[in-house]
Amino acid sequence: MNMLILMIAAACIICSGVPGLFFRRRSATGQRLATMINVAAAAIGMAAVLFHEIPRVVAGGWHPAFSLPVGKLALGLDDVGAWFLLPIFLISALGSIYGLGYWPQRKHPTDGQKLRLCWGLMSGAMVLVVLAANSVAFLIAWEIMALSGYFLLTTEDGRPEVRQSGWVYFIATHLATLCLIVFFVLLRVYSGSFQLWPTDVTGLPAGILAALFILGLIGFGFKAGLVPLHVWLPDGHANAPSHVSALFSGVMLNMGIYGIVRVVVIAGTPPIWWGVVLISAGVLSAFLGMTWALAQKDFKRLLAYSSIENIGIITAGLGLAVLGLSMKQPIWVALGLGGALLHTLNHSLFKPLLFMGAGGIIHGTNTRDMESLGGLAARMPAVFRLMLLGSAAIAALPPLNGFVSELLIYMGFFHTLQEATAARWAAWVIPVLAMVGAVALMTFVKFTATCFEGQPRTAAAADARDPGAAMLCPMVLLAAACALVGAFPALLTGLLDHAIAAWVPSHRSIPLAGIINLWWITAMALPLLIFAVGMALWIRRWRRGTCEKSIGTWDCGYAAPGSRMQYTGSSLIQTMARVFRRILWRREQPVEIQGVFPPTAGYACNTPDPLLDRVAEPFLKRVGQMLESARILQSGAAQLYMLYILLIVLILLMIR
Amino acid sequence: MKTVIAIGFQVVLLALLPPLLLGIINKTKAWFAGRRGPPLLQVYYDLLRLMKKNVVISSTTTWVFLAAPLVGVISVVLAGLMVPLGPTVAPVHFTGDLIMFAYLLALGRFFTTLAALDTGSSFEGMGVARELTFACFSEPALFLALLVLVKLSGVLSLSAMLLPESHVRIGSTASAALVLVAVSLFVVLLAETSRIPVDDPNTHLELTMIHEVMVLDNSGPLLGAQIYASAVKLMILAAFLLHVMLPLDPALVWRDRGIMLIGLVAVAGIIGSVESLMARLQLRFVPTLLVAACLLSGFGFLLIL
Repeated sequence: MNMLILMIAAACIICSGVPGLFFRRRSATGQRLATMINVAAAAIGMAAVLFHEIPRVVAGGWHPAFSLPVGKLALGLDDVGAWFLLPIFLISALGSIYGLGYWPQRKHPTDGQKLRLCWGLMSGAMVLVVLAANSVAFLIAWEIMALSGYFLLTTEDGRPEVRQSGWVYFIATHLATLCLIVFFVLLRVYSGSFQLWPTDVTGLPAGILAALFILGLIGFGFKAGLVPLHVWLPDGHANAPSHVSALFSGVMLNMGIYGIVRVVVIAGTPPIWWGVVLISAGVLSAFLGMTWALAQKDFKRLLAYSSIENIGIITAGLGLAVLGLSMKQPIWVALGLGGALLHTLNHSLFKPLLFMGAGGIIHGTNTRDMESLGGLAARMPAVFRLMLLGSAAIAALPPLNGFVSELLIYMGFFHTLQEATAARWAAWVIPVLAMVGAVALMTFVKFTATCFEGQPRTAAAADARDPGAAMLCPMVLLAAACALVGAFPALLTGLLDHAIAAWVPSHRSIPLAGIINLWWITAMALPLLIFAVGMALWIRRWRRGTCEKSIGTWDCGYAAPGSRMQYTGSSLIQTMARVFRRILWRREQPVEIQGVFPPTAGYACNTPDPLLDRVAEPFLKRVGQMLESARILQSGAAQLYMLYILLIVLILLMIR
Repeated sequence: MKTVIAIGFQVVLLALLPPLLLGIINKTKAWFAGRRGPPLLQVYYDLLRLMKKNVVISSTTTWVFLAAPLVGVISVVLAGLMVPLGPTVAPVHFTGDLIMFAYLLALGRFFTTLAALDTGSSFEGMGVARELTFACFSEPALFLALLVLVKLSGVLSLSAMLLPESHVRIGSTASAALVLVAVSLFVVLLAETSRIPVDDPNTHLELTMIHEVMVLDNSGPLLGAQIYASAVKLMILAAFLLHVMLPLDPALVWRDRGIMLIGLVAVAGIIGSVESLMARLQLRFVPTLLVAACLLSGFGFLLIL
């Protein structure tokens, strides 16, 4: 029953953009219809996940199977999947509401219908990715998700930089799928069936197992955006419409994490080195992602890099859980996986909030460059409050949700100290995470302050206004969710415990409540929240009364301070940028001063993605040059390509 | 009853003592300079007077500017409730509170820096840039120190960690590690509370300040709250440091409360002496100092691993 409702919900979401195709280009009806279908289906889906008993193991559930030439399609759901389903429904619905204000059909007659068709396709395909219970269904859903994602990223395909970033995404996602196809073929060969999660491949040779892990990690790592597989992520997110960035960053990256969560337990107890690899990859992503985020001037790129950081933290937590499985430490599993899953959910709450807020800024000012903003707090008070909350949440400050999940991950790594095991080195992760946390705080202070505080640096910023209710309401809901999860994390432990227990059914998990009493966080959060409310009231009264606000900022006696003299985001991070110059690898055009009375000098500095800019692009260009002669095969005639396919299939049949 | 007294003692101490430590620092500095210096209770008088004053703020600022000093006070007081200020457990203690402690301090920093940038002043921007940059290096140092303490005590709560059941024997490897951690924590304390050699609280040039310049546009009760919050931060970090160095005995409650008080006064005196005997470092060398603090704790951790 449950499964049937979920399938109907997924089908409705997939089709939500279709009716819009039959309306006129400037009619708003199609968009309203799509939003209504999407919200209703998502609400039903969430209710089905939350309020029904979910079978613990896939095989026990209702198992619809459809036949295809390649094999059967099977769907199912367990508690791990259920955890990942919730944010998909939530962000898909909220994003489509946001789209009513941000991307109205009337203003975007050429690409609005395409966007909503692909929005539905991608959200629904993600639901199916989680529901897929065999590799055929998984790969089909995965490809629908990846391809509709491409069309979403390139919504404004008239702009060359959008096409460029879409192209990079396209290559990355195909490399990912390539790895996954090999992964699933290997799995099929050695397990004898297409069935997934749980896959039963015990007793494999170690080499094959290692190959499976590496293929899965690369395939899913591309989607999740683990460094160095993240190259598509920053520009892709920056150039997409903001609610699309929210869907990508908040939910689609989770699909990569979901895959890794499943891959590490394909063979029951994983070997120790898997955990080591995951922790190292996670910490590397967290550190590099955050450092790169710090140096960005485009605030959407900044948010995209911060997603890489969060994915890194999640992966590190997951690595700890894997280590716990291999070393028979249930506490590590509970804290590591619990922290990773909770952080996945949290990231799906605050990152869409931040991207939607970023969309609000773009809506009001038409720029993504934060150095030309400033003073928006007075002009967009609602967006400012929501973004401040989102920034505090993503910087893991109590009493908000980011803190709770990072607390669990920190605790997990602290626990590795307590046993006299060989994994004591894992504790070295803690100071790195602490530094990442401090850099994250700095990044988001820079972001909030440069965009919203001080005086407007340009006329565009001076004329900005808050967006309408359609854009603000989803953000308010997300902000409320952030505060709620932050203040009452103990309410989620039930769901988390189920997910941890369902991860490896043979592993005896211990409940989170037995390790840490999360009600203490509530006890500490409530005074902060009550205080915040009281303070808001008090400030309102105080402003009218004793507080005098007649003069400008202290300017050291200087007669004519201008808004362009304010400290910019770049000046704020100058010292850190120097410390991290080898990691940032910026493109800088230094000031050249010549002569006694120098003419006007210029200075330019930008921070493209170092891996894409300095490694991947030059390398691929070289490869392209070397393969110049192979162009003979590429005539551009479709018939010739069909001939190639025919020949290759013939050859393959002969070999068989 | 005993618990009530313990909680009451801690709360009263947390609320009332911090400004005295600032007074002691100032007195020490005056003594070194051969002056009589302000009265020991001068900071209290200042705070009382500031509370009565009217507020003048910049017309550029928003509500964040008014909220930040208050968030600063509440976050640091909540953090203070988790650090034992004597041989008894702190009023708030739970598994994982050490991380809450670090992040509450970060919450205060988040709002102080945002309020400073709210004025749009470049001076305050400089202060914020320095504060946040140095925090990126002092935070790992603090967590490395926590690593050593967790490893030695085997628990994840500040109260239980700082008041261990069995004390470290003097002369053991663990005591060597603790000495390294104590030095490292002292550097963190100086950086977090903006004292020399990281920052000079008495400087008169906006361009060179860190903490002072961030509160440059505050006045009246807002300034009072900022001063009070930084005094409380000084005290709880000093108490943290003292627990690492002094083995307090829960059996001799009042004697060890006395020891704690004397210790706090002594730390304030030491800070004052450092301020009198050292020049402040060039700003570009401060990260080096903090990295050195990280390394000290790191080597301490290696010793007991």
